[in-house]
Amino acid sequence: MTVLQRESWRESLRSLKVATWLGWQIESNWTDPFLFAVYSLIKPIAGAMILVVMYLVVSGGQTDNPIFPYIYLGNAFYIYVGSVLMGISYAVIEDREHYGVLKYIYVSPIQVYFYLLGRGVARTLTGTIAVIITLVFGVLVFKLPVNFLKMNHALFWPVFLIGLAGLALVGILLAGLTLITARHNYFMGEAVAGALYLLCGAVFPLDVLPKVLQYIGLGLPMTYWLEGVRRAMLGTSVSPVLAPFTHETILIILFSSTLCVGAISLGFYRWCERRAKEKGLIDMQTMY
Amino acid sequence: MKNFRRELMVFLRTVIGRAYPRLIGLQRERSWLFFEIFLPLLGTAAFVYIYRALGAKPEFTGFVVLGGAMTAYWMNVLWSMATQFYWEKETGNLALYLIAPTSRMAILLGMAFGGMVATTVRALAVLILGSLVFRVTFTVSNWGALLLVFFFTLVALYGLGMIFASAFLLYGREAWHMANLLQEPVFLLSGFYFPIKSLGFWISAGASLIPITLGLDAMRQLLYPQAGWGFLDVGIETTILAVLSVVFLIAAHRMLLWLENVARREGRLTVRGQ
Repeated sequence: MTVLQRESWRESLRSLKVATWLGWQIESNWTDPFLFAVYSLIKPIAGAMILVVMYLVVSGGQTDNPIFPYIYLGNAFYIYVGSVLMGISYAVIEDREHYGVLKYIYVSPIQVYFYLLGRGVARTLTGTIAVIITLVFGVLVFKLPVNFLKMNHALFWPVFLIGLAGLALVGILLAGLTLITARHNYFMGEAVAGALYLLCGAVFPLDVLPKVLQYIGLGLPMTYWLEGVRRAMLGTSVSPVLAPFTHETILIILFSSTLCVGAISLGFYRWCERRAKEKGLIDMQTMY
Repeated sequence: MKNFRRELMVFLRTVIGRAYPRLIGLQRERSWLFFEIFLPLLGTAAFVYIYRALGAKPEFTGFVVLGGAMTAYWMNVLWSMATQFYWEKETGNLALYLIAPTSRMAILLGMAFGGMVATTVRALAVLILGSLVFRVTFTVSNWGALLLVFFFTLVALYGLGMIFASAFLLYGREAWHMANLLQEPVFLLSGFYFPIKSLGFWISAGASLIPITLGLDAMRQLLYPQAGWGFLDVGIETTILAVLSVVFLIAAHRMLLWLENVARREGRLTVRGQ
């Protein structure tokens, strides 16, 4: 490794660290720690409870159906999708439109790509708090059949980390798109997160979707991420469409599709960044 | 009398003036209309498929489609009413509102009226598309009662939005987080995706302070009279909604006066980028 490369890596790491710290401050210091704790607690639990009540209304109060933990876990881990995806793309909106500092970030000795990833890491941290709260609530209140000590760690950690990396890469892709759009940037993150919620079988098995949507779902890395996480924690698969895939196949598909997303995301972000600079969009103020 | 007429005219012109950008905005950026219909439809579809995966009765699909359409109003109240003065503060318009020789209440009413009409277009689109895609059939047992419930639900809901708008005058960037916090918990408590009766009497009674809770329940009873999931009698729910409409509008007026004074004294009206 040359001195220049080493210096570049050091700068990237510094950008990641500083952005993570900044992101954490933005996410958490808007109020006192007590209110922040209440906020962190209420939102994910309310989100999970909507699905729990829907399930209980139909099942008549029974929670022993295997679809219950399937729905609950999918919903819990889906919190990451909203947090990471929108966290990264919203960082562009916040810094450009709200605080008006994106141009200063671009002229400072910082790697913007790693800066955005750092903002995503901050949202991952707040998302992790929400996921842990939701899972613990599920285990304690609804006797979710999850044993954190005995689950399949060999499957869980690689799947979980690759999935998170994949989400960050899609977030970067959206950040690129946000850079070159004016009036639609608020909708894009929500549209992608909403579409993934529907298509990757987050809260219901893919089998209930129409065939065309099932095929689209099978082409998304998040489908395999959620399936892998559920298998690692519950030991079984509820979805007949995904059941024939072995654990190894799930891992391989997830890894290779994340690599593809990574390549597309990197290339697309660079193209968007160049275009934003050419068109003078880095300091755009749309007032929307 | 002459003064009263002049003030009334200014009041009405302010209402129309503030409603105008919301109505005209409907056709200025048409792609937004697509997103605002498409996004709630995605969430609604996901909830419909959950019920299908659970093997629920067909009326639950109807409950979800109706709830999904009504989310448009709650989101509008949160993001275009409650947080509106916060956005105006950020863009520097709030000070202009306050020095304008008109009633702040008229500005809020204009915001509410414009938002109500614009959101109705979106909610109707979600309802129609949702019904077509998921083959939902509604049987209206009493059109008059349905329209009355819908009317009082909207008046009470936007009255609540006006109260929030006044309260959010004091907020800086916590306004965004507070509005965010009022999404999932209210979706849960108001029974957007399931009958509110299933939460039990006392929780449902408490949640009835949010007008959409009783509004949705009454509308579901009128659209699915045989389902048997009603919380209270439709007549009682309509009466409560009418009372809430009056109470919320009066409370919004009082809150606006009080909190504007507090915000003036504490110098929060022109603080930006907080």
